Amino acid sequence: MRSVYTWTCIFITVCSAASGDVLIALAMRRIGDLGEFRRKHGFPAVIARVLSSGVLFGGIFFMGMAFFSNLVGLSWAELSLMGPASAALTFVTNALGAKFFLHENVDRRRWIATIFVCCGVLLLSGS
Amino acid sequence: MTVRKYLVLLAVVIFGSIGDTFLKRGMRDVGSIDVHHLSQVFSAVANPWVVAGIFFLLAFMSSYMTALSFADLTYVLPATALGYVIMALLSRFWLHEQVSPQRWVGIVLISAGVGLVAAGPSRTEHPSATDAAGDRR
Repeated sequence: MRSVYTWTCIFITVCSAASGDVLIALAMRRIGDLGEFRRKHGFPAVIARVLSSGVLFGGIFFMGMAFFSNLVGLSWAELSLMGPASAALTFVTNALGAKFFLHENVDRRRWIATIFVCCGVLLLSGS
Repeated sequence: MTVRKYLVLLAVVIFGSIGDTFLKRGMRDVGSIDVHHLSQVFSAVANPWVVAGIFFLLAFMSSYMTALSFADLTYVLPATALGYVIMALLSRFWLHEQVSPQRWVGIVLISAGVGLVAAGPSRTEHPSATDAAGDRR
């Protein structure tokens, strides 16, 4: 039964983290380069601009969900399963989200890099 | 990509790995959370390691958001995986722990993945965004 809870936690963590990442990336793309914006308008304007984004708060909500489901998962599951499984699956889910929702140019080079990183994370944290 | 932008990516890597390590250390103290009492997860926030972890993860979040404001998600994410490499290298050369051949292969794979992405463009130019930038000029 514990393994069902663990994989449910991994599933919730991966989906929430990917949704959060995609929404935050979308919000930040709409806001634009924060460095340039700060140089032109000052730091308080950057804070106001970031805090006025509803999409960003949606992203932060999903990241919070991922954070708590990860905490719950870490208390049940072996760290050697929870860590690599959620990290590696989040990389692939994020790449899919970036391609289909953010319309990023995820070319062959980026897919190969994602698979390399995915396998590397599995090897590093799984051993 | 300027030096400032690479420094932002470095901050993402460093704050993320420190935050994760502190969180894991804290959850070891907190112990197992009963499935029927999920609200216990909030009591974990009273643990000093978890608090320190959250502080570093907030710093990670602000540098991560800054990175996403100038680069693609599929460019920033592999860079964050460098944290795993830094942790493994620290455990080998600072803590003098054994790093198995399997982990060395993992380090090589992550480094190759990050290198591949870093060699390409950091941002996908969307026609609408380019037009909008042109209109502003």
